[in-house]
Amino acid sequence: MSVETAAAPKVAPRAPAPIDTRAASLRAVYIIWYRDILRYWRDRWRLVASLAQPLLFLVVFGSGLSSSLGSGGVFGSRGGLSYIQFVFPGIIGMSILFTSILGAMSIVWDREFGFLKEVLVAPIDRWAVAIGKALGGTTQAMIQGLILLVLAPFVGVKLSLLTILEVVPLAFVLAFGLSAFGVMLASMMKSLQGFQVVMNFLMMPMFFLSGALFPLTNLPGWMTFVTRIDPASYGIDPLRRVILSNSGLPSAAIDRLGLTINGQVLPIPLEAGIMLAFGFILLGVAVVMFQRRD
Amino acid sequence: MSEAVIEAKGLVKKYGQLEAVRGIDLEVKQGEIFGFLGPNGAGKSTTISMLCTLLKPTAGSASVAGIDVMHDPARVRQRIGLVFQDPSLDDQLTGRENLEFHAFIYSVPAEHRRERIDKMLELLQLTDRAGSQVRTYSGGMKRRLEIARGMLHEPQILFLDEPTLGLDPQTRRNIWTHLNDLRARTGVTIFMTTHYMDEAEYCDRIAIIDKGQIVAQGTPDQLKAMVGGDVVTMTSSKPEDALEEIQKVLGVVPTRDDGTLRMEVQDGRKFVPRLVRELTVPVDTISLRRPSLDDVFLKLTGRAIREEEASDRERMRAMASRWMGRRR
Ligand SMILES: Nc1ncnc2c1ncn2[C@@H]1O[C@H](COP(=O)(O)OP(=O)(O)O)[C@@H](O)[C@H]1O
Ligand SMILES: [Mg+2]
Repeated sequence: MSVETAAAPKVAPRAPAPIDTRAASLRAVYIIWYRDILRYWRDRWRLVASLAQPLLFLVVFGSGLSSSLGSGGVFGSRGGLSYIQFVFPGIIGMSILFTSILGAMSIVWDREFGFLKEVLVAPIDRWAVAIGKALGGTTQAMIQGLILLVLAPFVGVKLSLLTILEVVPLAFVLAFGLSAFGVMLASMMKSLQGFQVVMNFLMMPMFFLSGALFPLTNLPGWMTFVTRIDPASYGIDPLRRVILSNSGLPSAAIDRLGLTINGQVLPIPLEAGIMLAFGFILLGVAVVMFQRRD
Repeated sequence: MSEAVIEAKGLVKKYGQLEAVRGIDLEVKQGEIFGFLGPNGAGKSTTISMLCTLLKPTAGSASVAGIDVMHDPARVRQRIGLVFQDPSLDDQLTGRENLEFHAFIYSVPAEHRRERIDKMLELLQLTDRAGSQVRTYSGGMKRRLEIARGMLHEPQILFLDEPTLGLDPQTRRNIWTHLNDLRARTGVTIFMTTHYMDEAEYCDRIAIIDKGQIVAQGTPDQLKAMVGGDVVTMTSSKPEDALEEIQKVLGVVPTRDDGTLRMEVQDGRKFVPRLVRELTVPVDTISLRRPSLDDVFLKLTGRAIREEEASDRERMRAMASRWMGRRR
């Protein structure tokens, strides 16, 4: 090998102006969020797959279970609400649940493949990483959930503009709470190893117990309890009530299937508040975890 | 002007029982290309991480760009560029997008972003492929992109940890041309580690590190002068007899590696004829050369740097992580 050595340098680089760390961190939040959205749109196959899965669930649960549940129970012509109508908002919730947690947990991949290092050594505050990632997961999940609304006519759910306007903030609240949860999990994981465990022992139970697939009423005592400590319950219930409220279904039927504590139906703002509080607390934990220097 | 931009005094890093770095003193001057040379596991990455504020030293002190690394890590980070040993690009993004991301998190002013990105792409000859996703890049292109990224916020010092690891010789040479070029154009100080002895020759000054300690420091020529004169190696079918005879008759103590004997002599051109004339054991081959940094390392540590062994393993590791990277 031979390389000619360059002549002695003439210009010395000037010292950079000191950076306003707070402004820099806010810019970092933006670009971390933007990168996630860019990757989301670019990965068309993942997009298609993640829409196909809820569709499959709808067909299987909707058609399969609808006919076997028949008209005997709470569903059917007597109750005025079919199972597929019931499960439709639940499937939207499911899609938001998985997309937001997995989206936020992509931090673990970033760590595994080295990119996180580039972010963590930058002259920014660590909270920017947690918040940027949480917002990235939130946005992806919201897009995902709102796209699924187009299926409403096929399952016999009427949507009005007002419904959609109400769904947006509720979808945000659910997506944000669960993204914060994902970021917190990621902040505690050092490698991809724990991922399977998280998937099987946290995400799946969270989904099954959230009221997405069956009403959280008339359950055995212990199950009533665990469904009430599942944070996703507080995000999926208001989504369902809002989506079904305008669809010409009797509100009594909807309320009967809703989330209650001690027999009391919870007001939607309270549910949203619980979800938001959950999100902020977990995000706080994640920020603290990130700030510990590794 | 010989202002020190990196100064380390008695740097120590312990990982539990293991003392990875055992008291290192360094001084790097403005505008230098400084090489940190040593075998795998010598403590190069650990030292560079402490200088870059990524690791807290167990003991000792260091200042980079005149700022104490313990006292004000954030300000140090603003003034340095980093190229890590392991890949750290987002390979789903394009080259340009990777640079834009960096420009944002390093607060490159909005009005300079585009111009600086274009300039760096140009300097590292990536302009044509700037719009392609990084996963389609070759190993050398990825390295160049990381160098471009490290330089984007106009750092005073660029740190590179094994920038040429696992690359073929031609690509390695190309990276070196770019580093020299960057230094000439911007005046940036370059601190780099390598375990390729031949590369260290391109540095203005080098420090050789072994088992966490600096065993020698100076310009490549100064270090080579430590090995007196020339290096003569010979092979023989009876190396033991040859070794004994050389000691007795010629008064030189060779070192032996299987059938190869190696000796350092004052004047090789005069020594070789004597060797041929006076030895009675069979001599198969003889070679004479100027000392290399390998010889310096051997003299100082009694061991050779097993370069190929190391680089094969590293290459496999790099390959594995590249393949894994695709599966994201
Ligand atoms: N995080 C760590 N924990 C424990 N030991 C480590 C860690 N990082 C490096 N080491 C050890 O410290 C020594 C120096 O490592 P390193 O600085 O990576 O060497 P080099 O970069 O010269 O190959 C090695 O023995 C390595 O195994
Ligand atoms: Mg190393």
